Amino acid sequence: MSPIQEPFSEGGSLLHRLDPRGKVVVAALFSVLMAVATSFVTLLGGLALALIWLALGRLGLKKALGRLLLVNSFIVFLWFVLPFTYPGESLVKVGPLTASREGIAFTGLITLKSNTIIIGLMALVATAPVVTLGQAMHSLRLPDKLCHLLLFTYRYLHVFELEYQRLSQAMKIRGFQPRTNIHTYRSYAYLAAMLLVRSYDRADRVFQAMVCRGFHGVFYSLKTFSWQRRDSVFLAVSLLTLALCLYMEIEGANLL
Amino acid sequence: MTEPLIELRDITFTYPGAARPVFQDFNFQLLPGKHLGLVGPNGSGKTTMLHLIMGLLRPQAGKVVIFGREVSKERNFVEVRRQVGLLFQNADDQLFCPTVLEDVAFGPLNQGKSPAEAVGIARMTMLQLGLEGFEDRVTYKLSGGEKKLVSLATVLAMQPKILLLDEPTTGLDDQTRRRLIRILKDLEISYLIVSHEHEFLEHTVKECCHVHSTFCETLPITPGGVGL
Repeated sequence: MSPIQEPFSEGGSLLHRLDPRGKVVVAALFSVLMAVATSFVTLLGGLALALIWLALGRLGLKKALGRLLLVNSFIVFLWFVLPFTYPGESLVKVGPLTASREGIAFTGLITLKSNTIIIGLMALVATAPVVTLGQAMHSLRLPDKLCHLLLFTYRYLHVFELEYQRLSQAMKIRGFQPRTNIHTYRSYAYLAAMLLVRSYDRADRVFQAMVCRGFHGVFYSLKTFSWQRRDSVFLAVSLLTLALCLYMEIEGANLL
Repeated sequence: MTEPLIELRDITFTYPGAARPVFQDFNFQLLPGKHLGLVGPNGSGKTTMLHLIMGLLRPQAGKVVIFGREVSKERNFVEVRRQVGLLFQNADDQLFCPTVLEDVAFGPLNQGKSPAEAVGIARMTMLQLGLEGFEDRVTYKLSGGEKKLVSLATVLAMQPKILLLDEPTTGLDDQTRRRLIRILKDLEISYLIVSHEHEFLEHTVKECCHVHSTFCETLPITPGGVGL
């Protein structure tokens, strides 16, 4: 019985103590800017900023690298395909395939983007528990539905996982062994369907229980955030750096 | 004559797609100050009855009268739910906040109390139930018995006038069961307990109601078995 682990959310570093509202705002602006950026200069600037945050958050280097590895295991596949299919000046020949200069640059840009954004989110978003993030989003006046969706997804992911484990254990103790045959596929389909039905039922009962306790669509939070001077400093410095990145992005486009 | 707190008049209710109705012209009354047990075989409609009272289900025919007023619209049931508490059979359905204190404060906050008041009420309720020190515990890491007591706290924190309990003893050990009996005996409000355990009912109620599809037969509870 272990709920979802949030290893990065615990800690006493400066980044952990910052008001989550400031972090959410900066993280949102940061990811959007990095996602639309097209110049390497901007992205390198962003990467430097993200690395500084990561250092401030004192997250274990090993754990951080572990997460990056996970993301990059997807990106590796891009490297197999994109450089060879992107039209442009040919640079390297591998057997019958030709990699284009533009293709390699483009794939490199995507790789840099993804890693920069992941590092930034790791430092800013993962350093607050999901529940706190939900409450921070709520107090930033983001739509209630969005905040509820986040909080409930988090709360019930674990319940569904337990439900899945119960069902698959029930299958195991009756001698079920997955093989490549129709019986296995059918059993897995039943498992998935049962999980869906049970989850739906449970969601229904939880909602009923909430309605019985007077829930009428509005969440009231016991949590109050306190904005301190360090939060203002963090916000100001981050916004200035982001503005600089944006300037480089626009100037970079002009230079080309 | 004293006015019943809860009255079901000529209720007919069929689940969608079911062949037979659960209730057909069903009548029931809960009088003030009464502690009543609800018994009957599985599927006889005990839980359905509680859900009809709370407005989670609506009858196809008949009237639900609570505190002398007929309730039929969601708007009216919202008012009912402020004064009638329902303890769900499965505590996991009831607890959904990350920490115990937040969960217990959820009801009072919905009733319009300020966060400070809600926390005050939550702490007091937890003290009453012997749950002090549980404030920051994570709800899904509690044991089965603790979950049940915390669920009860979340309902009692709304300071209801009537309490409905749906099989409260399922899966409880002897010690928690005894604790629950003590808590119920100290309550000054009317309550209705659905249970299959005669021994538990002997300690908590004086009368038992056998639920049938058309009527509810009230019998005094006797040691070693209920009525019949």
